[in-house]
Amino acid sequence: MSGLVGRNLLAGPEPHVAEDAGYADAPPRMGFFTDTSVCIGCKACEVACKEWNAVPEDGLEFTGMSYDNTQGLGADTWRHVAFIEQDKPVGNADSGVRWLMASDVCKHCTHAACLDVCPTGSLFRTEFGTVVVQEDICNGCGYCVPACPYGVIDQRKEDGRVWKCTLCYDRIGDGLEPACAKACPTDSIQFGPLDELRERAAVRVDQLHEMGVEDARLYGHDPEDGVGGDGAFFLLLDEPEVYGLPPDPVVTTRDLPAMWKHAGVAAAALAGGIAALFTVHGRLGGRR
Amino acid sequence: MSTSDVTKDGIEGKRPGRDALIGQGTGKGERRRRRGERAMVPKAEFTSYYGKPVLNPPVWQAADIAGYFFLGGLAGAGSVLAAGADLTGRRKAARALKVSSLVAIAGSAAALIHDLGRPARFYNMMRVMKPTSPMSMGSWLLAAYGPAAGAAAVLDVTGLFKPLGRAATLGAAALGPAVASYTAVLASDTAVPAWHDGYRELPLVFVGSAAAAASGMALLAAPVRETAPMRSAAVFGAGLELAAAKLMERRLGMVAEPYREGTGGRLIRVAEVLSVAGAAGGALLGGRSRIAAALSGAALLAGSACTRFGVFHAGMQSAKDPKYTVVPQRERADARDTAKTGNG
Repeated sequence: MSGLVGRNLLAGPEPHVAEDAGYADAPPRMGFFTDTSVCIGCKACEVACKEWNAVPEDGLEFTGMSYDNTQGLGADTWRHVAFIEQDKPVGNADSGVRWLMASDVCKHCTHAACLDVCPTGSLFRTEFGTVVVQEDICNGCGYCVPACPYGVIDQRKEDGRVWKCTLCYDRIGDGLEPACAKACPTDSIQFGPLDELRERAAVRVDQLHEMGVEDARLYGHDPEDGVGGDGAFFLLLDEPEVYGLPPDPVVTTRDLPAMWKHAGVAAAALAGGIAALFTVHGRLGGRR
Repeated sequence: MSTSDVTKDGIEGKRPGRDALIGQGTGKGERRRRRGERAMVPKAEFTSYYGKPVLNPPVWQAADIAGYFFLGGLAGAGSVLAAGADLTGRRKAARALKVSSLVAIAGSAAALIHDLGRPARFYNMMRVMKPTSPMSMGSWLLAAYGPAAGAAAVLDVTGLFKPLGRAATLGAAALGPAVASYTAVLASDTAVPAWHDGYRELPLVFVGSAAAAASGMALLAAPVRETAPMRSAAVFGAGLELAAAKLMERRLGMVAEPYREGTGGRLIRVAEVLSVAGAAGGALLGGRSRIAAALSGAALLAGSACTRFGVFHAGMQSAKDPKYTVVPQRERADARDTAKTGNG
């Protein structure tokens, strides 16, 4: 808790998020490493998440988007498996189709815009460094929805409140891994202390490069990025935007001090401008 | 023997739509360009996931939130004008503006509560005070400004407790500019490209629009002999709004497209016409004819409302099209990579 004064807590690396949020003896920061190179698109994560968290049905549609009828994260979709079919040969083949699959989830950002802009304090930082909505507090103002640079959190229409992945706060507090990671048959979804996951991911990306998978890259692992690094990060095989992820997300509140300054200037311009006009015009009936 | 209709050749010999459109998706995200609508910039090349937006667009209703931006501006700038009118002996204009500020701020609070997913939990806005949340700061600001504006209006109309009324009038005038400008921060402090990227100019657009609206209200509701400063304020407000909006559009590059195209663009254009007509009409004819003043005032109010709805819809458009999220971020990431490899 000590040493919050004088530090920029809105952006940049922040190694001890939970401590900075006021937890004296915080456990290590927990997160997900989703290695999409071994994802087989089984959607067990989607099902396990829905089962454990009792998330309602999110629409039964046939989209024609490969095997993806889930479409994206939202109030009723906390894990989403993306399917991308590319006209790109795999390995040494001369031609063919490459199939990319990736299980998306809330990033549990170091600098979480949803949490920053929440006016009720419903969104909060847990002792594990994750970001969770308190449903008994949320009044459905919806501010967190457009604040999220990843399009994760959303409002449940029939309910009015917002919902998203909790990183199974109820499970990890009891020493269990989140439902999606537990269900993943290939360990594409790995749960653990973030430091350990980052090390494991660095080894894995090197291994893939050695195997000739040049496309492998990490996404959201870097504490220097626009959100201070994600608590849930990924190994991707193409550019992030191919998977529907923003290529260079920045937490909107990074610019908040500048926004308040500009608003202050504008407010002063309004007050000053009108005061000047009344001074020029003078009293009613008096001389101009 | 199989009795199924599904054979190797498809359902009863038909093969409906079996060819996967690789990376094409359903095409639902495709926008059709209207005839006569020319592209301002060449169509940006970018990749997306089946044309799906990266962001979840705001769940706010236009009538509630754009309406709130408009009413908050009308109230806030109105309180400043009311204090000026009060201090310079323009009694009727002052009273009209105080009443309009009270009605506007009450309406804006109602719009805000109506827009909540759980309106009955409105009081949770007062649960914390959070400088990182413009909505939290705005709630506290309204909690201070609302009673001041209310007291100013009620004490003026009833004529009771004159010193208290004067204090309330000045208090509302002190908080009014903040009420008129903070809503720009509220919009900018999101990942919505057209709102976030415009954070430098948007507050000026909003206070200009607010000054124009409040001046319009004075022209509409107060006698001609009292409204000379408000006619000047209308020119000041409309000028500020238009200049800041132009500056913003130029600085934003491709992210400014939603301010020119679609519903947002149409509303912004209508707003420009109405604001210029209202300000010019008020300045040239508003001092002579009561009818001209009223018409100019109505045009200014309508112009301000169109600006707020235009900005609102432009933001929605920029959130719903992945282009505005992906293209600037891709350029930024590529520039950084180039700089890195260049130095290394």
